[in-house]
This record gives sequence, C-alpha cells and structure tokens, in this order.
Amino acid sequence: MDAKLFVTIILYGPLLGAAVAGLFGKRIGNTLSMSVTTGFLMLSAVLSWVVFSQWTWGGLQPFTNTYAPFIQVGKFVSNWSFRLDGLSAVMLVVVTTVSSLVHLYSWGYMAEDDSKPRFFAYLSLFTFAMLSLISAADFMQLFFGWEGVGLASYLLIGFWHHKPTANAAAIKAFVVNRVGDFGFALGIMTVFWSLGSIQFAQIFPQVAAHAGDTWMFAGQAWRLMDLACALLFVGAMGKSAQFFLHTWLPDAMEGPTPVSALIHAATMVTAGVYMVCLLSPMFEYAPVAKHIVVIIGAVTALFAATVGLVQNDIKRVIAYSTCSQLGYMFMAAGVGAYQASMFHLFTHAFFKALLFLGAGSVIHAMVHEQDMRRYGNLAKYLPVTFTVMTIGTIAITGLGIPGVGGFAGFYSKDSIIQAAYALGHAGDPIGYFAFVMGVFVAGLTAFYSWRLAFFTFNGHARWTPTDLEQHWHNRDHDHGGHDDHAHAAETHSEPSHGEHVHLPHESPWTMRLPLILLAVGAIASGFLFAGKFIGEQHLEFWKGAIFTAANNHVLAEVESPWYFAQSPLIVSVLGLLFAAWMYIAKEGIGARWAAQKGPVYLFLYNKWFFDELYAATFERGARLLGDLFWKGGDQKLIDGLGPDGVSAVSMQVGKGAGRLQTGFLYHYAFVMLLGVAAILSFALWAWNA
Amino acid sequence: MTIGLAHYLAVAAILFTIGVFGIFVNRKNIIVILMSVELILLAVNINLVAFSAYLGNVTGQIFAMFVLTVAAAEAAVGLAILVTFFRNRGDIAVDDASMMKG
Repeated sequence: MDAKLFVTIILYGPLLGAAVAGLFGKRIGNTLSMSVTTGFLMLSAVLSWVVFSQWTWGGLQPFTNTYAPFIQVGKFVSNWSFRLDGLSAVMLVVVTTVSSLVHLYSWGYMAEDDSKPRFFAYLSLFTFAMLSLISAADFMQLFFGWEGVGLASYLLIGFWHHKPTANAAAIKAFVVNRVGDFGFALGIMTVFWSLGSIQFAQIFPQVAAHAGDTWMFAGQAWRLMDLACALLFVGAMGKSAQFFLHTWLPDAMEGPTPVSALIHAATMVTAGVYMVCLLSPMFEYAPVAKHIVVIIGAVTALFAATVGLVQNDIKRVIAYSTCSQLGYMFMAAGVGAYQASMFHLFTHAFFKALLFLGAGSVIHAMVHEQDMRRYGNLAKYLPVTFTVMTIGTIAITGLGIPGVGGFAGFYSKDSIIQAAYALGHAGDPIGYFAFVMGVFVAGLTAFYSWRLAFFTFNGHARWTPTDLEQHWHNRDHDHGGHDDHAHAAETHSEPSHGEHVHLPHESPWTMRLPLILLAVGAIASGFLFAGKFIGEQHLEFWKGAIFTAANNHVLAEVESPWYFAQSPLIVSVLGLLFAAWMYIAKEGIGARWAAQKGPVYLFLYNKWFFDELYAATFERGARLLGDLFWKGGDQKLIDGLGPDGVSAVSMQVGKGAGRLQTGFLYHYAFVMLLGVAAILSFALWAWNA
Repeated sequence: MTIGLAHYLAVAAILFTIGVFGIFVNRKNIIVILMSVELILLAVNINLVAFSAYLGNVTGQIFAMFVLTVAAAEAAVGLAILVTFFRNRGDIAVDDASMMKG
C-alpha cells in the first residue's frame, strides 16, 4: 500500500459518503447514512495521519497524482489531481481530523434534528471540496475547491432554512465571498496572462525570471507579480474573513455549531492563508502585496479582537476570535514567515475547533441559549466541557513557561510575533508595526478568551432551572420544529423524566470524545511539531513546498531584549488577570460598564459600525442603482418601448377604428359613396392617362 | 332645342344625387332611405334606357327591365324588414338604429 493510493481514498471517500447520504439518505435511513459518512471520514483521517507520519518521519517525497483531465484549452490546462507536498500534508491531517471529529460530534449535537442525512451529506461534501482545494495542482482545481467549500458553507449556514436569519446569513456569506472571488478570478487571469500557465509546477519556476514584468495601465507601470498577488489576496480576504470582507463570518454563526467549528474556524476560513503560503514563490517576489497582507492581517487581528471583547453571544466571541487569529496568520505570511503561518493554522485548527465544539456542548446543555449573560457557574455541571474549554483557552492565549514549554498557541503565536520582530530588525519598519499589533492583540485575545471562560463557567449562575425548562418547551418556536417531537412529548407525559431538563447536563460520549481528542491536539500539537514546522528541521519538513527568498531570514533567531521576547506572554498574563478581576473578583462590573453605554463600548459592540456603513454605502448604492435600472431602464425604456408600448399603440388604433363604427346606416352609406367616388376617379384618371 | 342624350344623363345624375343625399342627410325615417334607393335605381334605369336609345341597342332596355324587377323585389324585402324592425323597436327613426356599432 503506498501513499498514492491512500491520498486517492482520502480525497474521494468523503465524496462517496456525501453521494450516498445525499442521494439515498431517505431510503437507507438516518443511522446508515450517518455511519457511511462518518466511516469514510474516519478512514480518511486515519489514512491522512499515515500519510502525514510517512511525510514527517518516513521520508515520503512530494508527488502529484493525476486522475483525469478537467479543462484543456490551449495553454490553459487543468487536471483533476492530487498534489502532495508539505503544505497539503499538513492540511490533510487538519481537515480530515477536524472533519471526522465534527462528524462524530454531530451524532450527539444533531440527535434531535429531522434531516440528519442532509446534514451529514453536506459535511462530507464540504470535506471533499476542501480536500480538492488543498490538493490542487493548478489554479483551476484550486478554484473548484474554493467555490465548492463556499457552496457547502452556504448550504450549512442556511441548514436551518426555516429561520429567516439563517437564510440571510447564508446569502450574506455567499455574496461577500463573491466580492473576494472576483478578485481571485482576476488574479488567476493575471497569472495566466503573464506566465502562460495555471499549473503550479510550471508557474513557480518562471516567477523569478518574470519578477520585473510590468503592465502599462492608466499611465502607470504596474508590477504584474504585485498585481496578481494582491488580487489573489482579495480572494483570500473574502474566504478568510479579513478586514472589509469580514462581515459574513460572525453572521455565519447562524449555522449549527459543528459547522461553525469545522468550516468557520478550523478549515474553510484558513483556505486563504493556505493559498498565500502555497503561493509563497509568487509572494516572495511581490513586496507590495506582502505589505498589503501584513497591514490587512494586523488590522483584522486588532479589529476582531476589540469587537470580541464586548460581544455576549458565546459563538460570536469565538467567531471574532477566529477572525483575529486569521489576521495573525496573514500577518505571519505577509512578513515572510509562511512556516509560522502554517504552524499557527495547524495549532489553531485544534484549539479553535475545540473551543467551538465546547461552546456547542454548553449550548446543548443550556438548551440552545447562546447568550453568556444567562450562563455562569457551569463548571459544576459540565466538568468535561469546562476542562477542555480551559485547555483550549490556555492554548489560544499562548500561556506557557519560557524555556520549558506550553500549549499549542504558546509556540505558534510567539513564532509569528518573533518573525515580525525579526523583519523589523532586518530593516523593514512594517515588521515592527506587525510586532506591536501582534503583542497588543495577544493581550486582547487573552482578555476576551478568559472572559468567555470565566463568564460561562465561573461566578454565580445567571440562569434558573425554570429558564431551562422553558427553553426546552419553547424549542419548537425558537428552533423551528426540527427537534425531536417524540422526545418533547415524552417529557410532557413523564414529569419525573424531566430532571435532566432542569439542570444542565454533560453531553453524550459522541460529543465528549471529539472534545477530549481535540484537547489532546491543543495541548500537544505545539511542542510536538514546533521543531518540524518552524524549528531547525523545517527545511526537511516542508521539502521545498515553501519558498523563501534569499534575503528572507525572519525565522532565524534574532537578538532581542527579554522584555520584547517575552512580551506576548506578559500581555497574555495581564489579560488573564484583568479578566479574572472583572469576572470573578468583581463579578458584575462588566454588566455595569456595559449598561453605561459609553461611546467606546457602543463602537465596539456595534462592530465598528461596519454593517451600518455597508448598509449605507454598498447596500443603499446597489439599491439605488437597481432602482435606476429597474424603473428607468427596465420599466420605462424596455417595457415602455417594448410590450407596454406596442400594446398601448394597438389599443389606441383599435379605439380610433372603433370610433368609425358608429352604427348609423347613413355613415356607412356615406363612406361607401366616398369609396365609389374615389374608385371612379382613380379609374377615370388611370384610363385617361 | 331637341332633347339629346346629355339632357337624359343630366336628369339621371340629378336623380342619383337626390337619392344619395336622401340616404345620408335624412335622419328621420328608414322608409325615406328605401325611397332614395329606388330613386338611385331609377336614375340608373334612365341612364340605361338613354344609352340604349342613343346607341340603337335594345340590350340596355332589357337591362332596365331587370333592374325594375330587382327594385321591386328589393322594395318588398326592404319593407318586410322594416315592418319587422318596427315590431321589434316600435320606431323607425334612423338615429335610433345604431345596433351595428362596433
């Protein structure tokens, strides 16, 4: 058995599962369709780890499997293929591991849902699209996967399609991604135009020779490589919810929580980061585009972290946290530390999926209540969830003991901030900018993450068993009737059975097991792989998948004062202490501050007024433009001259002709006479002439 | 002064014009229309006979006989319609007879 067969099974297994569950789900029943999809994903995950370990420790070399031609038009050649290299090997384990755990988790989380086969089919379809994205050997398959995950994301955000908010969020996600994809498509065209190919293997060796190519447009010479990279990055901004195109991600939390964990935290949103790292041979020759990446990444990290400070919906806090961490990854890629970027992507997938699934467990226990102001003191009732969420929080805030070790984020986030410092040290001031932003945002990250943990699990309970029971009975209204009616009826008929309703209860094992496994990942992925991803062995690990220019030394150790080197840890601890003071020592102070509604609070609570700004500009502009075309162009011009005009004219002609028909005999006779006179005159005239 | 073809034709033209005007200037009575139609036919007859005499060809006079017959038949049918019309409407004023309006 060799890796080429394995990757084929990894890629097409989920597609097969999706097809079986999606097409025959009603016929084969819930359990079988769930088993098929989950089984294929488990198989994919196991094989992915086999491939990954062969890659990391077994000396597996990069290869490309080509299955079938996709599009072949002149030099525009695209094949269905599987490209295995360092980057796709990493993504393989991330995607299949999180996806299989989310499949398993959904057995518990979606237990009361009516359309399980559809849900599992979408999840598997998403996984297939994501795998074809990461394994693409050319831009076309990359684009196929890119759109495929977008479609799956749309379907899953709007999974509860009887909720108008879910439909709106799904459409918003799709439309915002169109904006990004427009840039992405333009980027692909630029690449094809300037380098004459869309195959990565043919593009990358040519980049150095074409680095100086320019294009005269609007009286300016544009460097093609900068232009292509910047356009491609616009696509990445859309998919990875970066500043300006971030607005869809928080709304995407309308989807079921396992979806948020899989798509909107661990995998799909990291596609943009993955693409930038994959295209490192191009970005290394695009200094301007790299600066744009750093600035957008840093601003996103800051923006999302500040907004995350004040949100009350548990899922939204984590969504903004995701947005912020993606900003970190882009910052790392922009400063040239692609390895650190991928490392953070890798560790982030574990701890962010963990946090989301943990939040799902809390939401499940609190019967679909997502407002943290109604939580509190849940550690007592949800010990497992509390433990794993704490692990996840430690991992994301990057706590650790210098020189000894720590959880995942301690390694990956530090490496990003260090790389930024190294770039600044090497003479590019944008490195210092990224360093300062990175450190500051690390403090904010610590605060909002610990706020979430303390607010949920510690302090006094801000809920009562009666609340939960009411939620339980109101589920059909809140949640729209897809819940298990039989179960609800059961609690009605047997009041004694309602005990588990009154108090939050720990989730079933199908939900606890993925949490525990992800917690292991959140603990261990940092120190196990730091050496491989960013340490001394990184050249052997990536085996050429990441290209760094000769003058790029950001991964190298640089001399820095200890207070710079340890600054992320210091601010992280400060954030922890401040959150502990606010939510444990002086419990209730946050609510009092929020109640004052100061300008800063309102600014942050309303997400920097981005939705309002877009509503006032793009949405209103689109409406005005649409009105113009609809009322002016369509109604007045096309309808006016077309159907409406023709019918109006024939109506008027008809009315005129009708008026001639008076019904009076003498009128007809008169007309007849005129006719006779006319014919006679004509006959005489013609005869004489 | 001898009476020539032109005089006959002039009389016929005058009769014809009176008949035509009788049809559409008249607003009162449908019988007047029938009478006007008879006048027009007579004008035609005069023309036929005049030309027959002038050209020395009897065909025209035979045609005049036919026209007279047709006129008699037309008068009979027209009066019959008129009687029915009067029974239905109780009136034979031309201004009221506008049921052919489109």
